[in-house]
Amino acid sequence: MASLSRPITVTASPSALGELRSNVARRRRWDVVFAAVGVIATSVGVITLLALFIDLLLDGYHRLTLDFFLSYPSRRPEQAGILSAWVGTCLVMSVTAVVGVPLAVAAGVYLEEYAPRNWVTTLIEINVSNLAAVPSIVYGLLALGLFVYALNFGQSILSAGLTLALMIMPIIVVATREAVRAVPHAIREAAYAVGATRWQVTRDHVLPYSIPGIATGVIIGLARAIGETAPLITIGALTFIAYLPDPPITTTPPFINFNWLWSGFTVLPIQMFNWVSRPGTAFHANAAAAGIVIVALTLVMNAFAIWLRYRLRKRITW
Amino acid sequence: MKPSIALASATESRVQPMADPKVKSRIRNLNFYYGQMQALKNINMDIFEHAVTALIGPSGCGKSTLLRCFNRMHDLTPHTRYEGEIRLYPDDVNIVGPDIDPIEVRMRISMVFQKPNPFPKSIYENVAYGLRVRGIKSRSELDGRVEAALRGAALWDEVKDRLDEPGTALSGGQQQRLCIARALATDPEIILFDEPTSALDPIATASIEDLIISMAGNVTVIIVTHNMQQAARVSNYTAFMYLGELIEFGATNELFTRPRHQRTSDYLTGRFG
Amino acid sequence: MAPSARPLIRPRIRHRDIRERIIEVILFMCAASAVAVTTAIVVVLLVESAAFFERVSIIDFLTDTMWTPLFAEARYGILPLLCGTLLAAGVALLVAVPLGLMVALYLSEFAPPRVRETVKPFLELLEGVPTVVYGYFALLFVTPLLQKIIPDLPGFNVLSPGIVIGIMIVPYVGSVSEDAMRAVPNSLREASYACGATRLQTTWRVVVPAATSGIAAAFMLGIARATGETMVVAIAAGQQPNLTLDPREPAATITAYIVQVALGDLPHGSIGYQSIFAAGLVLLIITLLFNVLAHLLRMRFREAY
Repeated sequence: MASLSRPITVTASPSALGELRSNVARRRRWDVVFAAVGVIATSVGVITLLALFIDLLLDGYHRLTLDFFLSYPSRRPEQAGILSAWVGTCLVMSVTAVVGVPLAVAAGVYLEEYAPRNWVTTLIEINVSNLAAVPSIVYGLLALGLFVYALNFGQSILSAGLTLALMIMPIIVVATREAVRAVPHAIREAAYAVGATRWQVTRDHVLPYSIPGIATGVIIGLARAIGETAPLITIGALTFIAYLPDPPITTTPPFINFNWLWSGFTVLPIQMFNWVSRPGTAFHANAAAAGIVIVALTLVMNAFAIWLRYRLRKRITW
Repeated sequence: MKPSIALASATESRVQPMADPKVKSRIRNLNFYYGQMQALKNINMDIFEHAVTALIGPSGCGKSTLLRCFNRMHDLTPHTRYEGEIRLYPDDVNIVGPDIDPIEVRMRISMVFQKPNPFPKSIYENVAYGLRVRGIKSRSELDGRVEAALRGAALWDEVKDRLDEPGTALSGGQQQRLCIARALATDPEIILFDEPTSALDPIATASIEDLIISMAGNVTVIIVTHNMQQAARVSNYTAFMYLGELIEFGATNELFTRPRHQRTSDYLTGRFG
Repeated sequence: MAPSARPLIRPRIRHRDIRERIIEVILFMCAASAVAVTTAIVVVLLVESAAFFERVSIIDFLTDTMWTPLFAEARYGILPLLCGTLLAAGVALLVAVPLGLMVALYLSEFAPPRVRETVKPFLELLEGVPTVVYGYFALLFVTPLLQKIIPDLPGFNVLSPGIVIGIMIVPYVGSVSEDAMRAVPNSLREASYACGATRLQTTWRVVVPAATSGIAAAFMLGIARATGETMVVAIAAGQQPNLTLDPREPAATITAYIVQVALGDLPHGSIGYQSIFAAGLVLLIITLLFNVLAHLLRMRFREAY
């Protein structure tokens, strides 16, 4: 194109421009150094996870036989297994899930859909966030004083399940609130406009749409509970259990039996803790094998939950 | 629509509002893409030294996008791409060229944003920021340049006794003048204004406009504005953009009184925009 | 509507109202259970601690330098346990603060979006690994490793679990600080870049100062986590109460002591039983203190933006 006027020829002193460029280059170098340090710091986490898992695998994989899953703990490390531990984990988790999930989801729904803005609601909200910050072992002390002695549930599966239910409640409440909040207001209004009541709106619209989000919180909460050791030790879970609780399903009427709730128990992480605490590499191998099972279980659950959440974020169709 | 090259060359004979305008920067065949979306289409235009050039046009016309090419702000967003040239004189470099470091460009061309965005630091440190990142440490040099910049932004008398107070505590208009001082402190060759008064009240707006008018003659200014009256008040040259193309460019009084394109006159008379 | 239709609808509406009311009350009670749980925690800890302090003077508890509940002449000075707890948390912080900060800075300011989206789920996974596994790792992997560097390091020591707790809380500290940095408005970053700053200068001179209180809150939450952590120290630190500031020595933390007593099966109502509640009360107070601090810092941060 024809010029509007004659451009000025280069008059800026080359030395000034050179100085500018070397200034930029000097500062740029630090960017690169810092980014490298950042990459290293970030990979420490990933490397740790790998080191931990490889260490466990190397120490424990040879113990992972079918017998290991089908044997009771034993004084002889090569005969010991995790039968009572994984059965205990399953039973405790079922109590935790049955009590904790409805309680927490209901609380989350109330806070998001029903709660009026007043001091009672504020009080509840403060308490929920405080409970999230309470160390898990303090839940153990609560359970020891309340469930084991005051309510006389004893050192039982029931006490343990209730303890963990209370512990994971804040996690699920927060997830529920987030999921419910994400349901657009227009959907509620549409339902109200055709005469639905608040509960009908919640049950038929809000809850179904927020189920994936709630599920994420529930899975993460349960994974946390599976790995939790300290509060269960506090309420006096036994570390050596060579029997199974009464089965929940019987062959004679009424076919359902709740005796197991009152049974003594152990769980996977406690069994692992017990083996770690013993001297001797043979028991440590057992601990590592139990560790592999626990890590695999919790990682799979967490990975599923995280995948679910990321998928949710991508698929926003509102 | 006619190609914009023709428009620009049609403009050239008439644009003579300054005695002997020197070209500070020349945009040649500039295209800009956000991913697959082409936001600027074959822009050709000159920026004159020590003059105020206004970019106007309806929302989404690409005027802010064009402005942000000048200091490579687009480099901060992934998947953006420049094609063509913006040559900066006197040394005749293509500032959107891939071999030019955006930081080098930003050291020469500074920017004032739509909303005042002072750092949560003292007034002094806000103005000194650009100097400090260049590595200037001498207290006396900093003091001198900070004062000069604050005077240049007509803020010195209001803040000289409280330079240690946070910049965020100032009023909106003062904050924007602080941001202008911050942009002035490093002696830039061009200052870019991206709708600098859209978040301000009329009185603060008037003071910023006075400031921009007073700056012309010392520094090259490019200003994006929504407000046609503002463009008419502060600028020597105006470019009208529409849908990513430069429709018309010329001396401001010419363009406002005798637009040569139907779209320009439609926009100026409020038929759309 | 025909007048004859009304009587049909009215009773149904009343029935509905009652059901709605009942459901709301049930939901409210579930939510209010949070308050009940908090109250129960405080009551249980206070009641048992009160019984404990009837037998042990609160002054001895706070000033005695020995914690020997299992000796014939039992002494209950919380200082050694407190010292062990803070020492372990201190070591953990020395690891977690620089690492967490670097991770946050890198992910928030430097990493390309694709890297960030790959790394973050990984870090979340790391948060999900049970602590007992980290305890195993500390005792049987990190301690032997450290013993190669520090030859006379005992098998039980505070250093190793401290480091492991530190690494354990990096994802947490990192993600909370990253949230704080991402909350810094982009307009400030743009202003900095427009002044010719580099990425590092923008990060260090603008983003970090603007996010300071949020980052500090992340560290407070990290301390709270580290002090409340149980299994890693119970496994790898030894369970000897030890008034020391040398992380190479074995020591017991408050949490490790509670575990130790619980494993010992002390009779309900004995002073040993009550002592774990007193210790738990101290632990709760410390963690709540740091949480409240974090909360206040975050409020300040939110006010700013």
